Parts: sequence; structure tokens; C-alpha cells
Amino acid sequence: MELNAVTIGFVVFTVLTLGGGIGVVTTRNLFQGTIWLMMSLFGVAGYMVLLSAPFLAAVQVLVYIGAIAILITFAVMLTRSVTRIRERYIRTLPSLIAALVLFLILIAGVTLPVFGGQSPGTAPVIVATTTDFGKALVDGNGYVVPFMLASLLLTAAMIGAIFIARDEDV
Amino acid sequence: MDEICTGLCTVLVEAGANSGLAQFVSLLVGVLLVSGVPLLTVIVLIWIERKVAARIQDRIGPNRVGPIGLMQTFADLLKLLGKEDITPTAADRVLYNAAPLVSFASVVLIWAVVPFTPFHMGVDLEIGALYFVAVASLGTLAIMAAGWASNNKYALLGAFRVVALLVSYEVPLVFALLAPVMLASSMSLADIVNAQSGMWFVVLSPLAFVIFYISSQAETGRAPFDLIEAESELVAGFNIEYSGMKFGMFFAAEFLHVFTNGILMALLFFGGWMGPLYYESPLIAFAWLGAKGTIIYLTTLWLRNTVPRLRIDQIMAFNWKVLVPLSIANIVLLSAVLKILQELGLAPRDFIAAAVPDLLPTTLIMLLVNLALVIYLLGILRKHGQEARRESQAAQAALAQLGMQAGSAAGD
Repeated sequence: MELNAVTIGFVVFTVLTLGGGIGVVTTRNLFQGTIWLMMSLFGVAGYMVLLSAPFLAAVQVLVYIGAIAILITFAVMLTRSVTRIRERYIRTLPSLIAALVLFLILIAGVTLPVFGGQSPGTAPVIVATTTDFGKALVDGNGYVVPFMLASLLLTAAMIGAIFIARDEDV
Repeated sequence: MDEICTGLCTVLVEAGANSGLAQFVSLLVGVLLVSGVPLLTVIVLIWIERKVAARIQDRIGPNRVGPIGLMQTFADLLKLLGKEDITPTAADRVLYNAAPLVSFASVVLIWAVVPFTPFHMGVDLEIGALYFVAVASLGTLAIMAAGWASNNKYALLGAFRVVALLVSYEVPLVFALLAPVMLASSMSLADIVNAQSGMWFVVLSPLAFVIFYISSQAETGRAPFDLIEAESELVAGFNIEYSGMKFGMFFAAEFLHVFTNGILMALLFFGGWMGPLYYESPLIAFAWLGAKGTIIYLTTLWLRNTVPRLRIDQIMAFNWKVLVPLSIANIVLLSAVLKILQELGLAPRDFIAAAVPDLLPTTLIMLLVNLALVIYLLGILRKHGQEARRESQAAQAALAQLGMQAGSAAGD
């Protein structure tokens, strides 16, 4: 393997992603767990930069770290009594087997052409800009229908959340 | 990676250096400059802030150390460095020590995308505006980690308020940021500045600027939104346990953030380096950006020192009931009007190439739309205010009635 900036970046982001993931499942402290989670998500944002998708990288940091992870921390801080859990997780073996099976399926899915995947040699090298991305989202020939469906779903979910959360007598 | 070799790098290669080494050295110098300049700026900023605050409060401010007190910050710095570096025993050691660093880094990182002149910028990211929002959100994380890791009730309360405040005000901030992005049809900060060669975006969308200004004042936790470290309620807020230079880092981050916001507003709404003779020399362009940024920065100091603190419920109500709906309405109207004007041929499709006369009809119509929105908003606020006043008057009258009854009962 050639040693260049991309390789070094890949190694660093892999350490961040996997290290963060291991931290999440091993720490006994929920708040520290969320910090590990943020580290892992940050590593994923790094991968997106390496894949020339800076928009997705920024959105990853903004949405996952800036909003979702912060909200998780907020929930954890509000429930301070559960930040230090005493009980040990006992179902280690079933979880281990499930994780291994999932890992193998993912490896198979990526390397074998099960899901219509392409081998690295035949994959077209198109570096799309953020403008292309934006246009594809609203283009009739692009992804306008999935985009609209996702927006509709999110709006429906939000209205549902507000409806459930509001007081009965209001 | 593509081989980038311009400026200093070419000079080094011509002088006979290895091209890889030359590239590395020029990048290193760039990184040091972009991160070092803000660090040095903070020292001056602290002096300016103290001096301005003093003048507004009819005091003189620092005037003993050095000429007109200029060396005061260095004295303070030495004092902070000499203080004992305390980590509370019950604190989460790693998080407690990392939080000040993340807090400061989140501000310095913004400077990576700031275009100082047409030719000098850290990096012209395609997603500059989004990068700024993403990096700024790391600051929230740092403050919260500090509040939690300190293991102190006041610190935790301060951190709670930060989350509520910053997460809420990020919404109008991003919506306001959309206006310049949409007008320039690019998220790159350099493109946004270039698109303002004909007309500053503050003229095209004054409401977006006002919303951005208010929310960035809230993002930095300055008055009237200074309940992050409301001294009289929370002792000091999230940084109560910090001492010495670790406290200094939080402090410096806040000061720098305010100035950074000034520069960003100059870039997004006031044409950045644009000004008479900016094309003559990068220095003149840089001076224009600095002057605009400083003026906006000084107005935020003025605001900070003249308005009282709001309650948390007032801040939240103002954000969710006024600022967020207003920013959404503004963006919807702006995009609709812009598109209609472009279809009619009244507005240019490309703002970068547009001259001033081409932009006049757009400007006029945009201003009218903004004015209509403001009049509508003021009408709603007036009605709301009248209702609130009527309610409070009714409550007072009822109270007075009760008092009279009680008084007459006691008299009997």
C-alpha cells in the first residue's frame, strides 16, 4: 500500500471510528459513552472527506455531533442517576455472535457483487461537486421523489412528536 | 491528493528546494499564520473590550500598564499562567482538561475558511458556510463537557442553559445564513464576497442580517443573552471550577468568537474586502475587511454593555415564537421573490458578474418585501404587547381590589 496523505488520513479516521465504537460499548459511564460516540461519528465524517464528499462530512458533524449527540448528552445529564451503572451486561456471547454475523454479512455485501456492487476497478471515477448534489436532489430525473418523501416523513414524525408530547387539557 | 504549489511554494522550488518539502513548508507557514493571527488578535481584543466597556460605563479602564494600558493583557496573562492549575478530585479528568482546548479550537477552526483578501485565505472550501456552522457546534459540546466534567451543580446548571440557548438559536442562525448563500448561489465564502461586488447583501436582505446578528450575539453568550455565565445567578456558570490558563482559554475563546462573528458578518453581508481601491493591493482589501469587521464587533460590545439580561423563558419565547418563524418567512419570501424576478428578467442570475444598475430593481423590490415583513411583524408584536399589558393591568386591579377588601376587613 502506498503511503500518502490519503492513507494516513484513512488510518487516523479508522482509529477514530473503531476506537470510538469500542469506547461506546466498554465504558461504564453514559456521558463518556456519548463523547466516544461523537469521536466515532467524527471519524465517519473524515471518511466522507476522503471520498470527496465535503458536504456530507459537514452535515455529518453538524447533524450527528452538533444536534443528535448533544441531545443524547442532554438526556443523559438530565438523568444523572443512570450515568454510573453498576450492573454488568451478561449476554456477551449472543451479542458477540450477532455482531460477528453482521460483520461478515457486511464484508460479503461489500466485496461480493450481491447488492449490485461494482469491483473497484470498474467503478466510475466521478467527482461530483456540491452543486451537482444539490441539483440532483431537486431534478425531476434525479432524486426529487425520494427527497420529497423523506421531507414528508420527517414533517409527519415531527407533528406526531408534538401531538404526543402536548398536554391533554390544552 | 492534487499537488498544490503556489505562492511561497514556487519561490522555494525556484530556490532549489525539493518540491514535496516546499509544499510542506508553505502549507505549514499557512497553517501557522491562519491559527496564529487569531491567537494574537485575542490579546488586543481583550484590551479593546475592557476599554470600550469602561468608556460606556463612564470609567477610564486599564491605563497603568504600558501606554494607555496596552500591556494590561500581558500582565493578566502572566497572572493566569502563574496561578495554580486545579483539577477537582471529583472531576472527570480527561474531559475536564480537554474542554477548554476544544472550546478554543472550535473558534480558531472557523478562521481556516475566512477569505482575508481576494488571494489570501486558508482554504476556499466549497461548503465554507456550512463548515462554519458545523465547527461552531463543537463549541457547544466543549461547554457542555466542561459543565458535566466539573462535577459541580452550578457548572451543570450553566451547561443546561447553554444547550437550550445554543441549540435553539442555531436554527435562526442557519436560516439567516441561507440568504447570502442563496443570493450568491454558492456556499464558498470567497464566492459570497465576490457576488457582493454590485450590491452588499445587507441591502438586499436586511432582515437576514438582523436575524444573524441577534442569533450570533446569542451564540457567543453575550448580553442580553448572557445567562450562560450569569454571575449573579450561577456564580460563574459552566466555568466555575476552572482556574488559571484553562479558565483563560474559555475566556479567550469567547472574546475571539465575538470578533470572528464580526468578521463573518462583514464577509456575508457587507461585501468582505470590497471597497474603494481594494483591487490595488491585498493590503487595502485586508484593511477593508478588518475595518468592517471591527465596526460590527464594536456595535456588539455596545449592545453588550447597554442592555440588561433576559430571563431564560423570555429568551426561549423570543427565539421560537418570533425569530424562527420570521427567519423561515424571510427565506421563503426571499427565494420566491428572487426566482420570480429572475424569470421576469429583472434580477441577474449571476450576482458575481452583475453591475450596480442591473441590481437596482432587485434591490428595490427586496427592500419593499423586507419592509412589508417588518411592518407585519411589528403589528403582531404590538397586538401581543397590548394583550400582555391588559392582562397585567387586570391582575393588578384585582390585587388592589383584594387589598382594599382586606384593608376594610381589618378596619372593621
